[in-house]
This record gives sequence, structure tokens and C-alpha cells, in this order.
Amino acid sequence: MRRSMLFLPGNTPNMLVNGAFLGADAVILDLEDAVAPSEKDAARVLVRNTIRYMDFRGCEVIVRINAVDSDFWQADLDEILPQKPDLILLPKSSSAQDVLAADAYIGQKEAALGFAPNTVRLMPLIETALGVENAFSIASACPRVAALFLGAEDLTADLRCQRTKAGREIEYARTRLVVAARAANVDVYDTPFTDVNDDEGIQTDAAYAKALGFTGKSSISPRHVEVINRVFSPTQKEIDYAYEVMDAIRLAKEQGRGAIALRGKMIDAPIVARAEQTIAAAREMGLGREDRA
Amino acid sequence: MNGKLVKTIREAISLSGLRDGMTVSFHHHLRNGDYVLNQVMAEIAALGIRDLTVSASSLFDTHQPLTDHIRSGVVTGIQTNYMAAGIGREISRGILGKPVEFRTHGARASDIASGQVPIDVAFIAAPSADHMGNCSGKFGKSACGSLGYAYPDAMYAKKVVVITDNLVPYPLQGWSIPETNVDYVVPVEAIGNPAGIVSGTTRITRDPVGLVMASYAARVIEHSGLLKDGFSFQTGAGGASLAAADFLKKIMLEKGVQGSFGLGGITGYMVDMLQAGCFQSLLDVQCFDLKAVESIRSDPRHQEISALHYAGPSARSAVVDSLDVVILGATEIDTEFNVNVHTDSNGYIMGGSGGHSDTAAGAKLAMIIAPLFRARLPIVTDHVTCVSTPGRDIDVLVTQGGIAVNPKNGELRQRLLDAGLPIIEIQELKARAEGITGAPKRLPRGGREVARVLCRDGGQLDSIYHTPEEAE
Repeated sequence: MRRSMLFLPGNTPNMLVNGAFLGADAVILDLEDAVAPSEKDAARVLVRNTIRYMDFRGCEVIVRINAVDSDFWQADLDEILPQKPDLILLPKSSSAQDVLAADAYIGQKEAALGFAPNTVRLMPLIETALGVENAFSIASACPRVAALFLGAEDLTADLRCQRTKAGREIEYARTRLVVAARAANVDVYDTPFTDVNDDEGIQTDAAYAKALGFTGKSSISPRHVEVINRVFSPTQKEIDYAYEVMDAIRLAKEQGRGAIALRGKMIDAPIVARAEQTIAAAREMGLGREDRA
Repeated sequence: MNGKLVKTIREAISLSGLRDGMTVSFHHHLRNGDYVLNQVMAEIAALGIRDLTVSASSLFDTHQPLTDHIRSGVVTGIQTNYMAAGIGREISRGILGKPVEFRTHGARASDIASGQVPIDVAFIAAPSADHMGNCSGKFGKSACGSLGYAYPDAMYAKKVVVITDNLVPYPLQGWSIPETNVDYVVPVEAIGNPAGIVSGTTRITRDPVGLVMASYAARVIEHSGLLKDGFSFQTGAGGASLAAADFLKKIMLEKGVQGSFGLGGITGYMVDMLQAGCFQSLLDVQCFDLKAVESIRSDPRHQEISALHYAGPSARSAVVDSLDVVILGATEIDTEFNVNVHTDSNGYIMGGSGGHSDTAAGAKLAMIIAPLFRARLPIVTDHVTCVSTPGRDIDVLVTQGGIAVNPKNGELRQRLLDAGLPIIEIQELKARAEGITGAPKRLPRGGREVARVLCRDGGQLDSIYHTPEEAE
């Protein structure tokens, strides 16, 4: 389950050692924007050692390497891949070719390290206009792609518009990414909300992202993690309803009935699919009926 | 003019009959803005009086000139409840011949009241006073709010000198300490620097680790079984403690819990809780910020209490005995839940119990909030450098890595587990911290005792030794 993903600067030891304690489902150890070019090598070693020695206690570890058009990305992967991170976040992914370049390099390294193919998954970070337009081909470029990730700060610079709290300037990119990711059957994550002091703003922004179909949301502030987790968790009401749906399906099958109604509403395949997703999420959080028994 | 009003501090000292070998006392409501202790000690030194014991409810780094008086033999003994790191470092170097006596706020009050710690001359820094000595901390340019720690000094010292920078016509309205206790009144230009007396505002932490701990702390209280109508609460002025109070306020308002009282050193956050209806009253022994000072001045529900009423172990009852929950800090805590708040991990004095042991002993739930590690030092150890508060009085340790419950409190542990809180054994917290920082090598302890930590109910709890590499 990946509701919240928290960025941690790859050159800040105090943040890195506390990363596992901040409540996020995943942490993104950042070697790209948070780190000045002159500090890249030191950050690489720090992030490598962090993954090697720290117990992240079930929190997924993602590393944002530098973009494939930079001089750093291969050295990043050389240092990081032996530590077997869960995912690599690939910035400035503008085309399937960008993704395939990283995929090929990771594949070679995996083989050399004796890892099974696609052990380390890729999450392309879409933050250019071209990337948005190529979203589906990026999402379906190779089986290593696990999810798309929207980066609105660089994107709005590329679009030559102001980034606003309301976010109307990224409306198209958000919906386009959700559709592309779902079409390619991968997950999709929303851009961070950057005002760390606006507690209401993060709630509204996260709820909107969930309503659009995003799987979860990233954050640059630990203070946003709890809100994001709450917004992207199913509510008790949703969980109860999902179990009711599954119970009704089971009962109908036992009675040999085809059409099933629950509370006066027909239960069709999409409702069942959503109920299954809700129950799966609930069980991951220990809130499933089985967990309560 | 009348018999009590004297022109200078020096004159008051002379009139008080102070002589070699006696004990003088001070209170710390002016905190790091206090001028009075230094002014008085400079005059005492100038008068050639020597071999004095200073009994101060707390010593701050603004009192650093005290170390010169120690070196020159004017001061040969110190009794206090808290000592800031600057003076603490000097004491740890062994500049004082006799060990410092550390008490708790409650024990100091009780020992002064019983005569076990006799005070010859008490000097009361008073933000407002009249010429007969009625005085208060609530008014004046140096207003500090409560004068709670000064009450026992005023009541039991053989001579009492009030020093004020706001002499008002008799009688002062709303006095705290009455003229019946006061021998002399000295008007001065300034008793302190307002900027150092109270903070403009105390702030909750923005540190993400502190917020995680604060959130856990509030949830521990929520599920402790104590959070119901009539609830009472004390917390410190540290960032994470204030954040915990803020989280707790939201929980209390959501659940409609109507608490009884908030206690302690009072901050604006506790005032907010009072005003929001979380408590019926605040019982205040010391104000920490301007909002607290304004509140104690204007809101009758916000009451001043003496140190004896707050926490005196010899009192027939003290407020800490009715306290439900207290949130406290620690520089170290060991796997037996003993807490150190006197020294840093290298053994240098940098604090003191204050009300730590008093409230831990009295409260039904005493909770420590501390990070797993500070800089590169783990906070949970096998043995604390100094036992300030014994582990038997501590119920819960909250860290960012999980919550440890003292094994003596199995029922609480089960409640917190049922609530889904991350409960972990204290040994596991230690292992987890050391997994990140490594196990630090302990510094060798010096051979000379530089301070004694006294139990709140008599006897000695621990000793603090000089730091050998600093020995001169």
C-alpha cells in the first residue's frame, strides 16, 4: 500500500535517519533537486549507506536518481542498485525512450547482481509537457514501470504558467496521467502540495487528487503525511459497504440468482471490482473483517 | 518614608543582619532576565561578607557572575532545583568545595517550611510592591505573573527583603505576598530585562520528529482511561510537549471532555485550553509567556499557587497529588525507566529536577517524551548518568520509534495495545537507537562529588561527579 510518499533530501542525515518514523508508506530519498551538483557523490554514498544500515520497518524505499539527460544517473544507479531499493523514481521522463534507457541499464545491473528481472521497479516522474502528452506510452513502455508520478513544479515552468494552490493549471495533466496510468494498468501518484503551513489546503488538495483517481500523493513535508494517509484510506463506511457487496454476491451465488441488488441498487462488475479494491486496502491496513475477528 | 523602605540594596543587606556563614535565598520567576540575584550578590561581596550559602529555586546562565563569587569565597554552598548549562559546566569542573544540593521544587518548599533548610535572608524580586512590602508579579514593566516559588522564602526566612522596580501607592491591589512577611522594601531602576523574563510567545515544535512524538503522546492520554470529565494535566514548555497539548486540546474538544485543572508552569497553550473549555481552572506556580501573564492578571479561573501547594511532599496535600497526567522530558532514560534531567550524556550539569520528580510521583500517568537519539547519542541507556526521577514513578516513554510502557503498568500497556498504538519494549527502543547511532562508550566518572541529588521525601537519590578531563 502506497498512500503517502515522503521526499527526504539525500544530503541531510538527520532527516534520513528519522525517515522510517514519520508515518509515510514510502520515503523518496532524493539525489536530484535536493542535492547540488557538487554534492552528488557525497549524497549518493549517504543514501547508499542509509538503505544498507537503516531498518525502514515496512516503509518502502524509493530513490529519486538524476534524469537520463544528466551526467549523474548511471553513477547513481551503480551506487544504489546493490542495496535493492523498492523503486527508482526517474525524473524528467518525457518519452518511452527515456524509460527504456533506464530500464536497460537497471536490467544489466540486476543480472550482474544476481537479482531476478524487474526486482527494482521504475516510477517515471512526468514533469514536462512532452511527458504529459506521452503519458500512456511511458506507462506502458516496459513491465518494470510500476506507476506514474506527476511533478507539477517543473511542469508548470515548462508550461510557462504560475503554479497555484487551486491547481487549475495542472488539471489537464492530472486527468491525463490518471487515464494513461489506468489504461496501462499501473498506479499513479499526485504531485506534492508545497505550502507546508496550510493544513486545510493539503486536505482539499489530497481529497481532490483521490477524487480524480490517483492512488496516492507525495509530500515534501512530514506534516502532510497523516492527512494524505487519512484521505487515501478507505473509510469504515466504505469498508463495511464493500463487505456487504461481497456478502450479497456470495449469497446470490448460493441461491443461483443472476441479478443482485443491494439497498435497491444493482450490483454490477465495477461495483464488485471497487469492493475488492477497498477490502484489499482495508486488509493491508489491518482494518479488514478478518483482522477484527 | 517609613521604616521598611530603604534606599539601596546594600542598606537592606546591612539592616538584615547578614553575616558570614549565613544562607540567602532567591526565586527564579524572572528566569534568564533576572538582575536581582547578581545585584544582591555584588553588594554582599562589596560588604566583605563571605562563606554564604545561596538557596535559589533555579539558577540561569544570566547568574554566571555567581561563579566569580564562588571562586572568591563569598559563596561556599549552593542549594537549587535547576542549574542551566553555563553555570553547570563550571560546577562540573569542581569550582565549589561543597557539593551542590539539588532538590525538587516541592522538596525545597517543604524543607524551608520545616526549617530543615533555614533561610536567613530572602530577597524577593517583585514586579510590583507597595512601601509596606505587599507585592505581586502580575503588574509592572517586569511582570512575570505568578510568584509561586517565592512564597516559602517569604513565609519562613528570618528576614525578607522585597526589591521592586514598580513601587505603587499603598495598598497594592491584588498582592500575592503580604506585608506581614516583609521586613524591607528597596526600589531599584530595574529588577530584570523583560525580554528574558517571559517569552513573547512559546511555540509548538515544527520539527517533524517532535510532532510524531506529540501525536503519540496525545493518543496515549486519549486511551489511558484518564481522559474523562474532571481530567487534570500538566506539561512543560518544550516544543514537543506543547504540540502534545495542542493535539490533546483537539481530542478533548472533539470528545467534549470537561477537565478540572491545568497545572504547572503555565504557557499560552494552557491558557488556550482554559479558554476553550478544556479546564475549569489553571493552577500556576510560574508563567512562561506573556499570554499566561495576561491571563493570571485578568482571569479569576487562573490561580496563583505556592511551591508548597504545588508540590510540597510535607504538605497535608499538594496539587500534584490530584494530578492525572504529566508530560515530562529527559536527557537520558534507562531500561529501568530512571530519568536523568540533571546532566547531559557526558556528565556535565545542565538542568535539574524542578517539578519533574514531584509531578512524576504525584500524577497517575507520568509520561516522558524524548527522541530516540539527539545528534549521535541514543537517549535510552542501560544506566542513566544521574537518577533525577526514579523509574518507579515513570509510566510511559514516548519516542518517534514507538511507546514503551513500564512493566509495572500492565493494564495501561494493554489499553494502548488495544488502541493500536505502537507499543515496544524499552530494551528494543534502546537496541533500535543503538542500531542507528552505535553504542556510545561511557566517559569515565570523576572521583569527586560535585552535586547531590536529594529525594523529594528525604535522603539522597544520586551523586554527580566532576568531569575528569575538565578537572583543574
